[in-house]
Parts: sequence; structure tokens; C-alpha cells
Amino acid sequence: MAEKRIRVLVAKPGLDGHDRGAKVVARALRDAGFEVIYTGIRLTPEQIVETALQEDVNVVALSLLSGAHNTLFPEVTKLLKEKGLNDVLVIGGGVIPDADIPSLKAAGIADIYTPGTPTGKIVEFIKANVK
Amino acid sequence: MDIVKGVLDRSRLAAAKGITAVENEYPEATGIMQALYPHTGRAYILGITGPPGAGKSTLTDKLAKEYRKRGKTVGIIAVDPTSPYSGGAILGDRIRMMDIAMDEGVFIRSMATRGSLGGLSQKTADAVKVLDAFGCDIIIIETVGVGQSEVDIVKTADTTMVVLVPGLGDDIQAIKAGILEIGDLFTINKADREGVEKLHIEIEMMLELSGNKTGWKPPINRTIASESEGVLSVMDSIEAHAKYLKESDELKTRRAESIKTELLAMIAERIRRHINKTVAETRDFENTILRLQQREIDPYSIADDILDKIIKQ
Ligand SMILES: Nc1nc2c(ncn2[C@@H]2O[C@H](COP(=O)(O)OP(=O)(O)OP(=O)(O)O)[C@@H](O)[C@H]2O)c(=O)[nH]1
Ligand SMILES: [Mg+2]
Repeated sequence: MAEKRIRVLVAKPGLDGHDRGAKVVARALRDAGFEVIYTGIRLTPEQIVETALQEDVNVVALSLLSGAHNTLFPEVTKLLKEKGLNDVLVIGGGVIPDADIPSLKAAGIADIYTPGTPTGKIVEFIKANVK
Repeated sequence: MDIVKGVLDRSRLAAAKGITAVENEYPEATGIMQALYPHTGRAYILGITGPPGAGKSTLTDKLAKEYRKRGKTVGIIAVDPTSPYSGGAILGDRIRMMDIAMDEGVFIRSMATRGSLGGLSQKTADAVKVLDAFGCDIIIIETVGVGQSEVDIVKTADTTMVVLVPGLGDDIQAIKAGILEIGDLFTINKADREGVEKLHIEIEMMLELSGNKTGWKPPINRTIASESEGVLSVMDSIEAHAKYLKESDELKTRRAESIKTELLAMIAERIRRHINKTVAETRDFENTILRLQQREIDPYSIADDILDKIIKQ
């Protein structure tokens, strides 16, 4: 069992084409000793969930700048449940107004990060909450 | 979850969990592999290796797409290096495979090397077996052709393709020396770049120097994988090699060789574990080390003594 590593899928749903933020997070997570599956931009929630399933990840980290988080993030958590992936920790980052956070958390996004969050905080949260 | 039953019933979740079990060396992994073993040996295994960024994933994607057109199911194991500093890894091969990722007939799994040199090839071999039992007709293993362990992985493949790109300069010599002899096929990818002819000649020369002993002459194809150009010729070469292996009976000898290597490695691994438990972790052993340090005894005789004792047990 010595070889167990935390596996994280870093994914960008939606149509915006910037993945700088997601890449920074991916590198920080790698440097924290996680195995990061990086899938690039413009993924559908279906693609994200299928990838999470095949890669058997412990965490899905969603990154989104386009403002569609209120529909796309909950869509991912819903599909994860449908596929029986109940132990996957889902976190989200992006330009997300404070007012949206409670409903996202209610939809199963465990933690939300807005721009400027130190990556160390994300690492700590994952370590403390991963199942 | 009953992983074995799930894998045999083609549950994607079960296949994913099965691979995790072998990758993380969960206690149940051995039982899973024991139960799956009779259901393996059906898939055709293709190894793809080459220097970083050569286009291996792009080519894998296009080949998988072509196999799907021909009605075959495809499993892909993409191995990327673990960072020696953090133990983490970025597994980015999927970026190039997103358009086949939703295909029900394709299963893709990324694996990190995790620094366990010998263990890696065993784990990849087991992951391949899970996908084999799961029902994949073709299994593609992608590794970066740099280290010995990566080379060991593709050695378990039926057909191994080495992907090279023009214009890498002199440092390619070092890479080529290691992986040239394992190539059943060569693909010069990024053929849209300069230096294709030069590389082609270089590969031909190296192949001639290495003195081919079999009836198979490794073909050299040219591709622009990102444009799907040349992919069909690569497919033809793969099929031709598969046909050659079958007709020459080499497939049987190759697979026998690979089973033999795997079994010997498994035995060695078990002996290593046994020695760690029964010898290395004992008080007696610490004493022996002290006496060696004082030069009261010598390690050559002690090693023989200990081996004798283990054998008699
Ligand atoms: N110009 C050109 N670029 C290509 C070609 N094939 C792939 N690429 C590009 O080369 C880059 C690397 O391609 P990958 O398929 O990720 O290469 P890889 O060998 O899998 O890389 P690693 O897994 O990181 O070692 C990508 O940006 C591809 O789009 C080609 O034939 N010509
Ligand atoms: Mg790749």
C-alpha cells in the first residue's frame, strides 16, 4: 500500500480558451506529490466525468473563467453521482462571485477558489478532505 | 464492488478500480489478477515509444480512431515520468486523445512511473491484463523512450513502434542507441519538418549495422500525426508485422519469452520481499552488519551462508 498516490483530474469545462490558471494549479499539485491528469481546455461535463472514471481519480479540480460555473459545476457533480463515483472530491476555481458560492457548495463542490488563492491552500484542502 | 466480475462484465468502473488495485499494490490485487489471468492473452499489444514530444499520443489517438473504424475496441495505457523531486506527476497524454475519450469502445488510463524501476513494468503488464480481460481487442502502451524501465515495458508488446522526429540533433543518438533494437516499426513523425531524409537514412544505417537476424525488416513510415497523414501506412505496417509474427510462429516465441521474463521477475520480487522480512529486518542481521564493519567476517561467505539457510527453511 506504500505506493498509493492522490490522483487529481484538473479539467476546464466550458468554452473559454485560457488554461494558464489551470496549468499553474496542475504544477502546484504535482509539486505537492499528486498525480495530475491534465486534459486541456473546452471539455464537456460528460468528458470530465468519463475521464474521472477511467483514471479513477480521488479529486476533480474544475477551473472556469467564462462564468458558466453555476450550470457546469453542478452538472459535473450530478454526473459523477450518476456514474457511482461518490467518493470523488470536487473543487472549483475561477472568477466566481461570493453570492454563487453557497449554491455551488450545496451542489457538492467541496471548496471554491477565486483568483489569487495561494495554491498551497488548495493542496492543504485536498490533503485534509480526500477520501 | 466485485472487481473481477465487473471487469469480465465490461464495467468501465471495475476496470478502472482493477488498475488502481495493481498500481497501488492493494492486498486484493493478487486475487484479482489470479482470477483475471485465464481471461487474458487475447488482445494484441502495441508498444509505442520515442523521445518526449515526438507525437506518440497524437499518433496513438489517430491509430485508435482507425482501429475503431475497423470495429476493434482499444485500450490505451499512457505512461509518463514521475517527478523525482516531489513524487508527483503531470499526466498529459489525454490532451491529444479527447476526441476518442467518449467512445464506448476506448478505455484510456494514464500511469506515472512512480520511481519503482522493476515494479513499473510489472504494474503496466498487469494493467494491460486488466484491459485484456475487460475485452479490449487492441492495447496500446505509450511510454517515453528514455529509461531502461520504459524500454522493458514496451518489450512486453507484440509489436513495438519507435517514433522519432527530424531535427533533434546529436542527442538523439543516445536515445536511438537504446531503443533502436526494440523497434519492429519506425515512424518518422512531424514529417512536415526539415531533416526527414537525413533521419530516414540514419535509421536505415543503424538498422543495417545492428544486423537483422530475423525475417522481418523494420519498415520506416513517415507521418504528420497532427494532420492524420500517413497513419494508414503505419496501420498497414502494424498489420504486416502482426501477420509476420503469426506466420513465422514468432508471436508464440515472443509471448513465451515475455511470460518467462515476467514469471522470473515475479519470483525474484517474492524472494526479495521474503529476504527483507526474514533476513534484513532481524536483530541477527544488524549484528552481522556490525561484524562486517569490524572486518570480523566477509560478506561473500555470509551471503552464501544466508542463502543456504533460506533454501533449507
Ligand atoms: N508539426 C507537427 N506537430 C505535431 C505532429 N504530431 C504531433 N505534433 C504536435 O507535437 C506536440 C506533441 O505531441 P504529443 O502527441 O503530445 O507528443 P508525445 O510524444 O505524446 O509527447 P510526450 O507524451 O509528452 O512525450 C503537440 O503539440 C502535437 O500537436 C506532426 O506531425 N507535425
Ligand atoms: Mg504523450
